[in-house]
Amino acid sequence: MSDGRSLTGPFVAGAEIPAQPPPANAIGPIAWLRRNLFSTWYNVILTLLIVYLAYRLLPPLISWAFIDPVWGPATPDQPAREVVEACRAAAGACWAFIGEKYRLIFFGLYPYGEEWRPVLAMIMMVGVVVISTMRRFWSRWLIWAWVAVIVGSVSLMYGAIPLGFVDIRIPGLSLVETVKWGGLPLTIGLSMVGLAVAFPFGILLALGRASAMPVARVLSVTYIEMIRGVPLITVLFMSSYLFPLFLPTGWNFNGLLRTQIAIILFSAAYLAEVVRGGLQALPKGQFEAADSLGLGYWQKQRLIILPQAIRVSIPALVNSFIGVFMDTTLITTVSMYDILQGARAGLADAIWGPYYKEAYVFVALIFFVFCFSMSRYSQYLEKYLNIGTRRR
Amino acid sequence: MTITVSGTAGKSVRRGRALNDPRLRSVVYQIIILAVVVGVGWFLISTMLHNRAASGIAVGYDFLNGPANIRLSDDSLISYVPSDTWIRALEVGVLNTLVVSVLGIVLATILGIVIGVARLSGNWLVAKLAAVYVDVLRNIPLPIQLLLWIGLIRFAPPPKEAITLLPDVFISNKGLRVPAVQSDPIFLWVGIALLIGLAIAWGIGRWARARQAATGQPFPSFWTGLAVVVALPVAVWLAGGAPVVLELPQLGRFDFTGGWTRSPEFAAVLIGLSVYTAAFIAEIVRGGILAVSHGQTEAARALGLHSGITLRKIILPQALRTILPPLTSQYLNLTKNSSLSVFVGYFDLVLVGNTMGNQTGRWVEAISIYMAIYLTISLTISIAMNIYNRRMALRER
Repeated sequence: MSDGRSLTGPFVAGAEIPAQPPPANAIGPIAWLRRNLFSTWYNVILTLLIVYLAYRLLPPLISWAFIDPVWGPATPDQPAREVVEACRAAAGACWAFIGEKYRLIFFGLYPYGEEWRPVLAMIMMVGVVVISTMRRFWSRWLIWAWVAVIVGSVSLMYGAIPLGFVDIRIPGLSLVETVKWGGLPLTIGLSMVGLAVAFPFGILLALGRASAMPVARVLSVTYIEMIRGVPLITVLFMSSYLFPLFLPTGWNFNGLLRTQIAIILFSAAYLAEVVRGGLQALPKGQFEAADSLGLGYWQKQRLIILPQAIRVSIPALVNSFIGVFMDTTLITTVSMYDILQGARAGLADAIWGPYYKEAYVFVALIFFVFCFSMSRYSQYLEKYLNIGTRRR
Repeated sequence: MTITVSGTAGKSVRRGRALNDPRLRSVVYQIIILAVVVGVGWFLISTMLHNRAASGIAVGYDFLNGPANIRLSDDSLISYVPSDTWIRALEVGVLNTLVVSVLGIVLATILGIVIGVARLSGNWLVAKLAAVYVDVLRNIPLPIQLLLWIGLIRFAPPPKEAITLLPDVFISNKGLRVPAVQSDPIFLWVGIALLIGLAIAWGIGRWARARQAATGQPFPSFWTGLAVVVALPVAVWLAGGAPVVLELPQLGRFDFTGGWTRSPEFAAVLIGLSVYTAAFIAEIVRGGILAVSHGQTEAARALGLHSGITLRKIILPQALRTILPPLTSQYLNLTKNSSLSVFVGYFDLVLVGNTMGNQTGRWVEAISIYMAIYLTISLTISIAMNIYNRRMALRER
């Protein structure tokens, strides 16, 4: 070396220095607390406030719901009046209400002893929905499964296969008129049939809106905007009070079918907008490529455009289904006996009247379980379907 | 060289060509569609007219001038007695719908923004709490929520043990009591002063923006504007002798006296609608803030802008662009959902209309009236929104 210093050895360390543990305030529960709960002065205040509120509110709530309630009759044959007395004396909830009225809530006015039919119908319907959530089963076959389940459930509930003006009786099953249907099967059935029928109708409306024919476009836009401009409840009132008036006497159909038609007419407009979103998301090249292959209009839609457009809009479709499912609670206003009406009918029984909280919390819980799981599924689907198309 | 085709063969070629001409086919299809729609519509309407004529009540809106003879709850902003006409009753209904919707929109927006921001909070408890709020409220149908609210209010303590929501805002089983604004002629002038103040603030904003664009000189237009908007009405109010503005509710022997009272039904609908819609607004706000890419913040910092300006001039304008369209549609949803008042018995437009249908049997008229009013509200808002969107649309290169 020019400056005269010489190196006595390499600069490389001979032994590996073991990694130091991170400082105590950077890991572990203490650090987590500091980072997530007490990072700034206002976060300290917020955290303390929330903890205080939880301390004040949670214990009474828990003891109301779980510790102090009357769960049911003390003995199996205790009369309802005495159960209500016990509820009045207790500090907690009166879950005995659910035990007393669960039949009304779940099955409405369906005849005693025949409950296995709505239960079976419900299992079939929920089953086909669950199967539809699995990517493995997405095929043409699934459409037929839906048709079969819907026809099967309706026939099972009705006790005959309804074919327009003739019914084919199923031997061994008594005929149950639709006015007696109710509860959870009605809620599930109305929303499933509503979606299944409104979907093709919505596709037609979306195609009409994107069509080159001015007449089809104007008619579709008018229909979609008119339906989306009014609340569902007005469409329900229209179906229940005006349909009979707009049809010749003798053509009338029953209240359930009228309600179902209102739900279909209403959701079709919203589904049309969902499908339109999918159509707009497609690059123009897809349309041009289909044209250059010489495909006709319907071939182009069926083979090229719709499969892609619907794929894009599947998460939105699931959300629409949740919407339809929650909207079915409105049918109580046109005297249909859905699950909410069942709870209200239970409350109409004067001695049970004060236990509205138990009734509505129970119904709310049922809806929450269904809707929350579906919305989680839709979020998962959105991520999953994006895997192939995401450019990042 | 020309090919002359003659005889029957030529005709069939031309006919074949006409069959395959896309324009001609499109015209034919459209005529068919139109004919079917008009035919079905004509059939339905003529059947309805025939059915109504057969039942002895011809279709018409003249009956609206007759007395309604129904009792409405005393929520109405305008005076109404049962001997008033149906038109008056409908006006009460429309006003009730508008009042609950406008108040609901204001409350839902405030609550929604708070919860949306809370979901992005660094505080784990706050963020989780907001997430639970959103998940629970969005997944329970609104009618059930409304029924729970009306139950809670009807079974609330009597006025003696009323719950104090805010200072001087009480809720009891008799409904909601809030301080009332006392009427005084000076308030008209205060209102005019407020409008003038708003106009001046708008002018200042325009001038400041133009000056900054031309010279680079910033001007605190927000604070000056705010000062003008506040100071002008206050000055007018003081000049008018500063009359006492609020009449506070006082607890009497059985009920409150004084203040502005709203029925339990109104309270339930208002609370239910705002709390429910707030959950949706929170998600929109959160999405809008997250949609502004982080690069924007970094670019602003690189330009040397401090965090307040970054938020005001860079992030908020871009977030608002994505927030506003879904936000308006939530406002529309809230207005449409106010029709669920039927569940609790608040006399909104639809409930008044249904009462009319029940009393007179004129369902066609009743339903057509409230559908038309809802359509007018919705279309007005969506047209305004479309114009706004077109103005705000990104001008891409």
